[in-house]
Amino acid sequence: MSKHLLSIEDLDREGIERILERAQSFAEVSGREIKKVPALKGRTVVNLFYEASTRTSSSFELAATRLSADVISVRAAGSSIEKGESLRDTIQTLTAYEPAAIVIRSPHAGAAASVAAWTDAAVVNAGDGKHEHPTQALLDVFTLRQRLGSLDGLRIWIVGDVLHSRVARSDISAFQKMGASVTVAGPPTLLPRGIEALGCAATPTLERLPEADVVYVLRMQHERMQEAFVPSLGEYTARYQINATRLRPGQLVMHPGPVNRGVELDGDVIDSDASLIGEQVRAGVAVRMAVLYELLVGASALAAVA
Amino acid sequence: MTERLFHRPAEAAQLLIRGAHLLDPRTGLDAAHDLLVRDGRIAQLGAPGSLEAPEGARIVEAQGKHLFPAFVDPHVHLRTPGQEYKENIATGTAAAAAGGFCQVIAMPNTAPVIDAVTVLRSLTTTARQQALVPTGFLASITVGLQGSDLSPMAALADAGALGFTDDGKPVVSAGILRKAMQYQRLAGGVIALHEEDPTLSGAGAMHEGTVSARLGVAGIPSISESTMVARDSAIARYEGARTHFQHLSCVESVQALAHWRDAGAPVSGEATPHHLTLTDEAVRSLDTRLKMNPPLRSEADRQAVIEGLRCGVIECIATDHAPHARHEKEMPFEQAPMGSTGLETAFAAVYTELVRPGVLPLALVVQRLTAGGALYGLPVPRIEPDAQANLVLIDLEARWRVGEHGYVSRSENCCFHGRTFNGVVQMTIAAGSVAYEKGKENRG
Repeated sequence: MSKHLLSIEDLDREGIERILERAQSFAEVSGREIKKVPALKGRTVVNLFYEASTRTSSSFELAATRLSADVISVRAAGSSIEKGESLRDTIQTLTAYEPAAIVIRSPHAGAAASVAAWTDAAVVNAGDGKHEHPTQALLDVFTLRQRLGSLDGLRIWIVGDVLHSRVARSDISAFQKMGASVTVAGPPTLLPRGIEALGCAATPTLERLPEADVVYVLRMQHERMQEAFVPSLGEYTARYQINATRLRPGQLVMHPGPVNRGVELDGDVIDSDASLIGEQVRAGVAVRMAVLYELLVGASALAAVA
Repeated sequence: MTERLFHRPAEAAQLLIRGAHLLDPRTGLDAAHDLLVRDGRIAQLGAPGSLEAPEGARIVEAQGKHLFPAFVDPHVHLRTPGQEYKENIATGTAAAAAGGFCQVIAMPNTAPVIDAVTVLRSLTTTARQQALVPTGFLASITVGLQGSDLSPMAALADAGALGFTDDGKPVVSAGILRKAMQYQRLAGGVIALHEEDPTLSGAGAMHEGTVSARLGVAGIPSISESTMVARDSAIARYEGARTHFQHLSCVESVQALAHWRDAGAPVSGEATPHHLTLTDEAVRSLDTRLKMNPPLRSEADRQAVIEGLRCGVIECIATDHAPHARHEKEMPFEQAPMGSTGLETAFAAVYTELVRPGVLPLALVVQRLTAGGALYGLPVPRIEPDAQANLVLIDLEARWRVGEHGYVSRSENCCFHGRTFNGVVQMTIAAGSVAYEKGKENRG
């Protein structure tokens, strides 16, 4: 694999499997009383978050800490970023600490790739605008493999606000690489023109939802909407909310969080056996440990973990 | 008559250019000749080896090279006044000369906007001191490019404005545009339009299509341009207003222009080298040099623009040279400003990507690269005895990598950066003086 993880396209199926197998062994470490391994002792990981995040930032912090790295977390609020420092200048400043890795979350597509061109550190894209969120896709695949063993032949529906979703873009690619077929469904105003070019089907209705083995529900991203893409949340909920009446037995439900309870997803579904949402969160730390390990230590030393 | 092109006076060229292949689509010239320039004018053409250099004339050995009428760019941003850190009149016109241009027309979206006679006068004064090639100016249609109140168009035309544009922005209000077109009967000049419906383009940063869907970057649909071309053509015909559409980028716009030309609307169009040679596929890298407005579009759009240029619906090539400082372009794609430089690469890009593969004839490309001034009523450079020398000497076989030796422009945001092209400009003669000679330029 390349030096950075900027896009899920940086990985082929084999690369994804290698990371997820390592994540599996890290998940076992997480079950122990002492959860740390010394793999990154003496090395520095910078977490640079230009957007609010709970799951992703905390799981990256925990992942780096459990690999014994020194961790610096920088958030836009309260830092020189807030004072108007450019991304390039911020990276130059942080590079002075000689980090082994920079994990970056940005509201702008391509930010992680830009950073990769400006630093010697390995760069992990923790979400860049509406473009990609590759570690989310890895943990989604990890979660499905834990439950089902394989994604081959699986029919996965991604439902909701595809237009504003970086998770959807990374998942469509990752799920297909792992052998699943993907359908995206949502209001026509929230399905990007040309999305079929990614190899998925697209439909504006949930009529054929029973075909799905897995229903991956996207968050309605009000914060990214400067105009009305749907007439009302009520109309959205009436047509697209995933709830018990729309699901058939045996279907699994996923969501990248944070959930708008009662909007895209009914509260009862979240707490039901069909939901993999809790498992997705638990997978986050192990998968991000595996990504940092893969980039910074490489394929050579799996023995150090066991 | 009002003076409408401005440049720094320079020494009149005395040159014998020997053995170059002369090509001028307007005079039908297409063969090797000697050409004598005396006192800045084309004095004589003769068979290769037939002309003697008179006293004081410099001999340029040009066998194997091509001599064309020098190019005219009806659409450049020289960033003066107010944004001289991106470009100024001296550096921008030096870049023009390096690209083989003998005339450029500068856009008014400066700071302040060219919406007042005082601003235009200060620019023409500066151009007389600094411009290496004759430079014309458009003034804004509306005050401050705000789209609400007309600029003093008649006074601006009297002060030398060639026409009017709010380039960088559309004139959103059909009512305001109609008034400008009515007022044009008094003021004269051409109304040039950047066509974009902002309610359709929104916060878009690239062409809306499969690539934007993959990248998650908000798209600018082609209809944001074409619907305005259609709307404004209809108004132009109704008012009989001479109107020019800038940087056309998509199938539907070319179709709309062709339709309204056939219907008798006094409309014309231009295309940029980047829309003729690149598509949104190139934007997959999110390289901000490839971010411009209108955006690089689909292959079908590119083909339509080429066909429009070939059949003459689009009558000229314009670079939309839009310099931005390095720190402005070193931003995430969605935040970076729109625009690419283009003066130094225009001929080489079109020649390499369209002429060499046989898509367009060389003579047609030379015609379209020299046609941009005529639409504003400027004289067209020609290769014929007694004409003012406006010539460009190019080595078509020489190859170069864009940016390898820096740029003459103050900025380096060229969408062709790193590409290898055929066609190296050896010398540009503008208004009778040598404005550029390879190896003697200043590069940043």
